[in-house]
Amino acid sequence: MQGAIDTLNAAPLWLVVLIKSAVLLLVVVTTFAYAMLFERKVMGWMQLRPGPNRVGPWGLMQPAADAAKLILKEDLTPKTADRLIYRLAPFISLLTAFSVYAIIPFGASASGPWAIGNVNAGILFLLAITSLGVYGISLGGWASGSKYPLLGSVRSTAQMISYELSMSLSFVGVLIIAGTTSLDGIVNAQLHWWFFITQCVGFVIYVITAVAETNRAPFDLVEAETELVAGFHTEYSGLRFGLFFIAEYVNMLTVSCIATLLFLGGWNAPFGMTVVPGIVWFLIKVATFMFFYIWLRSTLPRMRYDRLMAFGWKVLLPVATLNVIATAIYVAFKG
Amino acid sequence: MNPYGPVAIYLCVALAAALLFTFLPGLVGRSKPNPQKDEAYECGVEPTSAVAGRFPVRFYLIAMLFVIFDVEAASFYPWAVRMHSLRVFGLVEMVVFVIVLGIGYAYVWKKGGFQWR
Repeated sequence: MQGAIDTLNAAPLWLVVLIKSAVLLLVVVTTFAYAMLFERKVMGWMQLRPGPNRVGPWGLMQPAADAAKLILKEDLTPKTADRLIYRLAPFISLLTAFSVYAIIPFGASASGPWAIGNVNAGILFLLAITSLGVYGISLGGWASGSKYPLLGSVRSTAQMISYELSMSLSFVGVLIIAGTTSLDGIVNAQLHWWFFITQCVGFVIYVITAVAETNRAPFDLVEAETELVAGFHTEYSGLRFGLFFIAEYVNMLTVSCIATLLFLGGWNAPFGMTVVPGIVWFLIKVATFMFFYIWLRSTLPRMRYDRLMAFGWKVLLPVATLNVIATAIYVAFKG
Repeated sequence: MNPYGPVAIYLCVALAAALLFTFLPGLVGRSKPNPQKDEAYECGVEPTSAVAGRFPVRFYLIAMLFVIFDVEAASFYPWAVRMHSLRVFGLVEMVVFVIVLGIGYAYVWKKGGFQWR
């Protein structure tokens, strides 16, 4: 054991980072696979059915079976499609979904190297990368050269950019109180009061906009089957469809991580229960948020598109701006 | 190491993984070409027309409004981080900014810019 640690200490820094990156990516992909199984199981229980239970004990091998099926499926490209961009779009979606994890800290930087890179412009990096994800969806629908994907992608693009506004405003309240954009610093600022209490309005806005950003129910207008078949990925088959699918679930995971870091106290233990290590608290909070996502999906019906856009522009945007001003007033006159 | 060094290494690994996933279907997926399979989907009937070059101008309007309001949101960030030292001065500055913005917002609302038809 000591020998292994010595070897690791002697290894060049870039090699250590390379191994860490590969392990993290593997963890993210595995988490995606089981998040999908978890969703199908929980949806099953909520609808009084067992969920997948045939492949392996308790359905635990289901993700492997799904992956094998998707990889072996035939890859079709419609003859009207723009072949290069058609293939580029899922790649963009997946790459942006993976890239966010470069800066997400899973534990305090004081207690060990829990993040790949601890950059001090953390939130700006997050916003910059996540907003690139919209390119995958809009290009994918446009390049398919087919009607339903085109409609689905313009709808989804309009929805995502509208809700992105309120999402970036919901972070501002947190920044005012924390006084830093570094994710590590924001979690440290939540040692006593987690921001979902002091920034409750911002938290509610973040939850709503995050669900809309990841195109999940009740805001899954992109994939409104009754109107748009399967939305922007109607023409995609096999693993290329799989890439959009992975990207969607990895984005859900990202959103849960951001909610945990910014509003739910990150790795800080509730009620001073510090016997449990911080990473465990972090994972518990992320898992709870993921469960909340699934709960929403099996509870709420899909919103109508005009109401969705009106809600984003006429309700969320003013409320988010007023929340920023109210927080600023509090900080300015705190004494 | 510069904090962005590890980020760059991670991005390279992510790029490699995404490339692998992108080229995998061409390598292992089976292929049985058939002209019917290459048609664009249209509820099972043959496509009646090419993809129309027209779609509602509303989407362009939303994109333009987004650019305006997103620049505004971005200008909040540096201000927010310095708020603890700016205090009342920062508050007054930002309230003036939001009022100016609010006039534009009210104008767009009155003109029906947020109305989805």
